Amino acid sequence: MIETKDILETINMIENEHLDVRTVTMGISLLDCIDSDIDKACDKIYDKICRYAKDLVKTAENISSEYGIPIINKRIAVTPIAMLASVCQTQKITKFAKTLDKAANELGVDFIGGYSALVEKGFASGDYALIESIPEALSITDKVCSSVNIGSTKAGINMDAVKMMGKIVKESAVLTADRQCIGAAKLVVFCNAVQDNPFMAGAFHGVGEADCVINVGVSGPGVVRAALSKATDCDITGVADLVKKTAFKITRMGQLVAREASKRLSVPFGIVDLSLAPTPAVGDSVAYILEEMGLEVCGCHGTTAALALLNDAVKKGGVMASSHVGGLSGAFIPVSEDAGMINAAKSGALDITKLEAMTAVCSVGLDMIVVPGDITPETISAIIADEAAIGMVNTKTTAVRIIPAIGLKAGDELNFGGLLGYGPVMPVRYGDPTKFVTRGGRIPAPLQALKN
Amino acid sequence: MKAVITVLGKDTVGILAKVSAVCADNDVNVIEVTQSVMQDMFAMIMLVDIKSSKLPFNELSNKFDIAGNEMGVKIHVMHEDIFNSMHKI
Repeated sequence: MIETKDILETINMIENEHLDVRTVTMGISLLDCIDSDIDKACDKIYDKICRYAKDLVKTAENISSEYGIPIINKRIAVTPIAMLASVCQTQKITKFAKTLDKAANELGVDFIGGYSALVEKGFASGDYALIESIPEALSITDKVCSSVNIGSTKAGINMDAVKMMGKIVKESAVLTADRQCIGAAKLVVFCNAVQDNPFMAGAFHGVGEADCVINVGVSGPGVVRAALSKATDCDITGVADLVKKTAFKITRMGQLVAREASKRLSVPFGIVDLSLAPTPAVGDSVAYILEEMGLEVCGCHGTTAALALLNDAVKKGGVMASSHVGGLSGAFIPVSEDAGMINAAKSGALDITKLEAMTAVCSVGLDMIVVPGDITPETISAIIADEAAIGMVNTKTTAVRIIPAIGLKAGDELNFGGLLGYGPVMPVRYGDPTKFVTRGGRIPAPLQALKN
Repeated sequence: MKAVITVLGKDTVGILAKVSAVCADNDVNVIEVTQSVMQDMFAMIMLVDIKSSKLPFNELSNKFDIAGNEMGVKIHVMHEDIFNSMHKI
């Protein structure tokens, strides 16, 4: 018989500490839907997605009910659409976005990602048109998410793309200004994007992936925090051990769901992404974990070290719990989606420069940060360049998902609702980087790239 | 397939009887039961075999929900693999 304390611990984690599986994401390759006629391509895309994912939502709900584990989102990731756009003889490629949105609505999934382009070394045919269409695509759809990879350790940083993305992020916010600038919240700019990420807005199905695959993203900051709250007198080694043990349990649950979903849908299991993904619910916060370690408020000196410890311990605990770990796998620090980060940002303890430092040691980057609506595209480009440089040099994924709050200024608040949460408008640094970011060209790949 | 039924809440007369009755009505075989009462709080854990259950998992789970609400306790029905996965290497 299973031990009573273990059963009660699991139930307590789910009932009181917000343990859940954040997402079951089905990756679907659209390479066989390529057609020079965009109408035919869209028909093939719609048919293929609906055929492959027809049982996704129902299967995830059944697993959720049988195992008693909440599965919050069901999502789909597809081949970067720029690859399909490259062969179409039309500029009206937002039709792809509408098709993805229609399929997502038909299937009842929460998000569909892959309105993406990979341009870290340059623009291929289709990339430029796709990127230009992102603001409109995000404004006319509800569930489509977009990402653009503008740099990598191997390729360096494409500064032409960086310059372009500053404008695209701003436009995405402007076009959806009547809907809390939601367009910008569905767009992420990556350096070192991963091909099997189940989390939005950055999920896409990489070209090296199988035809169809199931990836699972876990959650569980509340569980880690609760475990730490019971360990008030252990030293830092003890803290790391406790995080590892908790991450192991969380990831095992994700592995179970991934294996079961893969079996029931007859689709290969891809990876478990063992990220700690917070939600705006009180208690389900990465910032509160850092505070539980002994910081008065997230953002004070010591925060980067605490986050580095957390990120590393989560990976060490999680990696043994799953047969395949992948995706972003670490701790997320989205501001508007994390009650503790929101409080820290409101109090002024957490600012954009501290967040930037934190992204050097955690899994992604500047995420869900609301900035003043009058921010210039050039400043956004410069923020992207800074963040990409951290990713490029440290051989890790970094990303920028910032939301220019059109019509609002520093200190105001923007509320998205739901999982995206709400956040104070955070000031950005003074000074004009226009000349630097409009030079164009590429930042050469660093020495770290030369590993052969 | 085996499931774990967990009953948590304030102790009242007839909890075990009622939960067992739902099991019996639906051809769910009780394999093992442990229970403890700490002060007024009641915790009972049942390992059951549901392979011959008359009802699919969701509906069976709903039956226990209703029974739990009637008695003012919280009843969870979960596949045993979740506990094995999380707590055993």
